[in-house]
Amino acid sequence: MEEVKNKVIDELSNKDYEFGFTTDIEMELAPKGLNEDIVRFISEKKGEPQWMLDYRLKAYRHWLTLKMPKWGHLDIPKIDYQDLSYFAAPKNMPKYESLDEVDPELLDTFNKLGIPLEEQKRLTGIAVDAVFDSVSVKTTFQETLKELDIIFCSMSDAIKDHPDLVKKYIGSVVPYTDNYFASLNAAVFSDGSFCYIPKGARCPVELSTYFRINTAGTGQFERTLIIADEGAYVSYLEGCTAPQRDENQLHAAVVEIIAEKDAEVKYSTVQNWYPGDKDGKGGIYNFVTKRAICKGNGSKVSWTQVETGSAITWKYPSTILKGDDTIAEFYSVAVTNNHQQADTGSKMIHLGKNSKSTIVSKGISLGKSQNTYRGMVKFGKNAHNSRNHSQCDSLLMGDKCGAHTFPYIKVENNTGIVEHEATTSKIADDQLNYLKQRGLGEEQAVSLLVNGYAKEVLKQLPMEFAAEATKLLSISMEGSVG
Amino acid sequence: MELIKIRDLHVNIDNKEILKGFDLNINRGEVHAIMGPNGTGKSTLASALVGKPDYEVTKGEVIFKGKDLLEMEIEERALEGLFLAFQYPVEIPGVSMINFMKTVVDARREYRKEEPISPVDFLKLVKRSSELVGISDKMKGRAVNEGFSGGEKKKNEIFQMAMLQPDLAILDELDSGLDIDSLKQVAEAINKLRNENNAFLIITHYQRLLDYIVPDFVHIMNDGKIVKSGDKDLAKELESKGYDDIMGLN
Ligand SMILES: Nc1ncnc2c1ncn2[C@@H]1O[C@H](COP(=O)(O)OP(=O)(O)OP(=O)(O)O)[C@@H](O)[C@H]1O
Ligand SMILES: [Mg+2]
Repeated sequence: MEEVKNKVIDELSNKDYEFGFTTDIEMELAPKGLNEDIVRFISEKKGEPQWMLDYRLKAYRHWLTLKMPKWGHLDIPKIDYQDLSYFAAPKNMPKYESLDEVDPELLDTFNKLGIPLEEQKRLTGIAVDAVFDSVSVKTTFQETLKELDIIFCSMSDAIKDHPDLVKKYIGSVVPYTDNYFASLNAAVFSDGSFCYIPKGARCPVELSTYFRINTAGTGQFERTLIIADEGAYVSYLEGCTAPQRDENQLHAAVVEIIAEKDAEVKYSTVQNWYPGDKDGKGGIYNFVTKRAICKGNGSKVSWTQVETGSAITWKYPSTILKGDDTIAEFYSVAVTNNHQQADTGSKMIHLGKNSKSTIVSKGISLGKSQNTYRGMVKFGKNAHNSRNHSQCDSLLMGDKCGAHTFPYIKVENNTGIVEHEATTSKIADDQLNYLKQRGLGEEQAVSLLVNGYAKEVLKQLPMEFAAEATKLLSISMEGSVG
Repeated sequence: MELIKIRDLHVNIDNKEILKGFDLNINRGEVHAIMGPNGTGKSTLASALVGKPDYEVTKGEVIFKGKDLLEMEIEERALEGLFLAFQYPVEIPGVSMINFMKTVVDARREYRKEEPISPVDFLKLVKRSSELVGISDKMKGRAVNEGFSGGEKKKNEIFQMAMLQPDLAILDELDSGLDIDSLKQVAEAINKLRNENNAFLIITHYQRLLDYIVPDFVHIMNDGKIVKSGDKDLAKELESKGYDDIMGLN
């Protein structure tokens, strides 16, 4: 029996990465290395105003004073920051007016990824901003958004066209001094999405960004800024893939979300960066800082993430509940397989009165992977009558993987309630046998059980994403057994 | 026509012999009942037939629809048309009944190289089966067996059987946990599903179930094998005399 299990687990390790193709397009690359000239080069390439360059330089100088954080339950090989290229753009294509102008190879790439930039996507009601390596390719659905005065564009465009908004909000939630990777990102960020929902507007479509790393030896540093003004609502989706490469690629993004009074932001991620091969060779290093602020009273932010990719994930989508009566949620499924390592979770910083937060984290570990939940819940002095409920479940498949939970709780106000529950389980043989007796093969049975296990999180995803995530989970599970 | 032939079946659990030379033939169209004292190996027989791991067949053969059943994986046996209504059905949290049934029905169709069932046909099948067994819409909307009462779990097994229409269904103590009305309804459902192509192996302790589902054969099992066989009257005799007497007559 053990032997059979091990065999199946080994088979799983041989599963290929579905998105491991590269695209052959002429790229313009920054020379390798990182210094002030490179920062200037990036800023100049993007035609940025002086204030943006100044911001980048300040960030870069600060980054030089920092050391890579070591507190994660991660074994991170040394990264040579001078051996990376910090800017890559497909040649001669900074911006497109229509899809006809886009390199067919590039469109083909997006089609392979299953992201039709064309009309099809309109039917499903998703506006897509696709970031390919460092440049934002095309934003669809602009007209519908324009009618509502909603701004959804690349960060580069926002810096040019909406400098006041960018100046006001960039770095307001994640300052460039925040941490090592946030600092690096502020210095060299390439592109990303910008989104502003004006007062009282409900964004009628899901806004969506797809990120893809293509070029070898480059880092990708997106910067995303989402602002929901008073009473506004937006649901935002983020998906990511990368080609299969032997060397590791660095990805250090920053996402900032601001919810003003009574505003609501839903942010959903399906992260499927290349995880490396079964021996742990290659794969993306995903060091991401995502943070939201419920700035105004009555505002709400909800994070949902399905994390199946990356060799190393270091990611804690967090929310500062500054306003009174604010609500923050974090729903996460993180799957690690082979040699993948994930250290992920959330911080909920309660500052306002009657603020409520929920954390639901489901870790699934297979192969020789390490899966860590790290969370922090803090009630500030003035956070009267606040509440947090955290639930962290781990599912282990096989006996060579690890699951770890590090919850931190800081309470400076005793009128609130913090609840923390944690479970660790294995897929029960009797469940597996029950499903098999009904005619399901090993893989199908496991995938059904895992999807059931992750249900609470998956049901938070918007419809079109949920189907994709379910499929992705099944793929990550292929051939596994507990 | 012969559906299953079990010859001299010996089964070990943890190196302990539980089935000790079990023989039985079942033809299509027949209903067989197996009765016997606790711990004699009735559930073990069911588990060994469906291919649960940890049930080690040390001797004997089982031919199902002309094929060597013991060579097949658990899911293959199911796909070939063997169904077990479990004595203790397990809960599958987070997996909705509908999603589960759709997956299972399509797995079967794929095995037969058929297209996945159309949503309309699927819903019709669900409606027909649930009405037959008396499954409420509320139950259909929930996760598989999660929070179901003991009786509801048993009904759910028969609902699944109605959905899948197996060639051979083994019902392990279907009557335990069902109230009188439910028992009647479930028994009626089984009678409606009975036809000349399928067969049932009913494991029970009580005559009551056999009043509703009248068996063609009744077998009494003791210490890992059948010790006495007869027609439906054997069960009645057993009810009045008890095992000691019946087996003493042997
Ligand atoms: N997993 C197991 N490990 C060890 N012994 C087992 C296991 N399963 C069953 N047995 C033993 O095998 C014997 C037969 O059990 P089985 O469940 O088949 O009996 P049964 O005839 O179905 O009884 P009941 O009428 O109580 O349901 C019993 O002595 C039981 O203790
Ligand atoms: Mg039994």
